[in-house]
Amino acid sequence: MTTYRTPAPGTHPEYLSPEYKTTHRRAPLQPLIRIPQTLSEITGPLYGHNPIGETDNDLTRQCAGEPQGERIIVAGQVLDEDGRPVPRTLVELWQCNAAGRYLHSKDNHPAPLDANFIGAGRAITDDHGNYRFTTIKPGAYPWRNHHNAWRPAHIHFSLFGPAFVTRLITQMFFPNDPLLPFDPILGAVPDARARERLVSSFDFDLTEPEWALGYHFDIVLRGKNATPFEESGT
Amino acid sequence: MRIATASQTVGPFFNFGLTANPSLGKMAGDGAQGERIRLSLRVVDGDGIPAPGDAMLELWQADANGKYNHPEDTRPVTADAAFCGFGRLETDGNGTCVFETVKPGGVPQPDGTLTAPHINVSIFARGLLKHLVTRVYFSGDPANDTDAVLQLVPEERRSTLLAQQENGLWHLEIRLQGADETVFFEL
Ligand SMILES: [Fe+2]
Repeated sequence: MTTYRTPAPGTHPEYLSPEYKTTHRRAPLQPLIRIPQTLSEITGPLYGHNPIGETDNDLTRQCAGEPQGERIIVAGQVLDEDGRPVPRTLVELWQCNAAGRYLHSKDNHPAPLDANFIGAGRAITDDHGNYRFTTIKPGAYPWRNHHNAWRPAHIHFSLFGPAFVTRLITQMFFPNDPLLPFDPILGAVPDARARERLVSSFDFDLTEPEWALGYHFDIVLRGKNATPFEESGT
Repeated sequence: MRIATASQTVGPFFNFGLTANPSLGKMAGDGAQGERIRLSLRVVDGDGIPAPGDAMLELWQADANGKYNHPEDTRPVTADAAFCGFGRLETDGNGTCVFETVKPGGVPQPDGTLTAPHINVSIFARGLLKHLVTRVYFSGDPANDTDAVLQLVPEERRSTLLAQQENGLWHLEIRLQGADETVFFEL
């Protein structure tokens, strides 16, 4: 039976993170109880709970007109810790618009909504684990965590991978954003290499002339435990 | 070996990206086999305040025959085509999600016996930097006494995983913190 490795210490944030105030009353304080991975944990929802539409991976073509802002391409590979691609898996993303406003009834940041931008996309990775979206660069936005608190520009990502235990929701950031060192959410990730993994890289190969800058963002899911019968070279 | 991608909070504004489709709470289609149930889960914080629309629950469960619709479940049983083992809803203003599903069958354990019927739950919310995982069991089910995972939970905390039936609705509070904090699992 396939089982999945525990991520290296420092990969994920702790639940209680003093700098991120909402964690104070929502983080569990009892230790988690470790259980073995059974059929319940190594199975999981596969893609297909909604069909993928033609413009689902192009957030600039989901409305009557084009959205305001800087058009970008975001692409990369979903793979596991051993570098194995994760093919045919659902990638969902959502983001605010170029002005830093989400299409959400409770977002009251006084920045304009864009009638031509929803901000949600979906894609299925190809046989090599690759995905690709066209969108616009999201704006920074304020939040009330502390005085003058601003989130760096980011795109929310949601992935399932092959099993219940590979489920991941994360955020992608942009290189050289001056707000990165001040963000308690990114900063809650203990390991510097893990924080770097959340920052996309500018990529000329993805950049399309006269059209859009490209940002590369690979997503690494939990790797499988080795089994005595595993074939080599796969 | 590569370092894995870190978890980050789902934040408060995921609705239009993840939960705009409330039909993901209806897991049992017409003709689904087994006992149809309504399962109400309510998420509250350490002050007992419900998470108003800023939490998302995902369910993953076997069908009424205990079969997971997934290639790792290699038993020669056909998964119920009228049943979707995955459900996803955001909490309402009262912190509650109501799923329409079936009571899952027991799933084989390593020793050959069956697990108690249970539903795997992932909890995402503003203020949760990584999601929490728990299980819903059904109060009064005799198989609870021999379920291997439930036996790993200290007896005085097991009730936090047991949904109670009332007026045709199974209900469980998910308490993120504080007295009677729900048992969460590390997988
Ligand atoms: Fe955000």
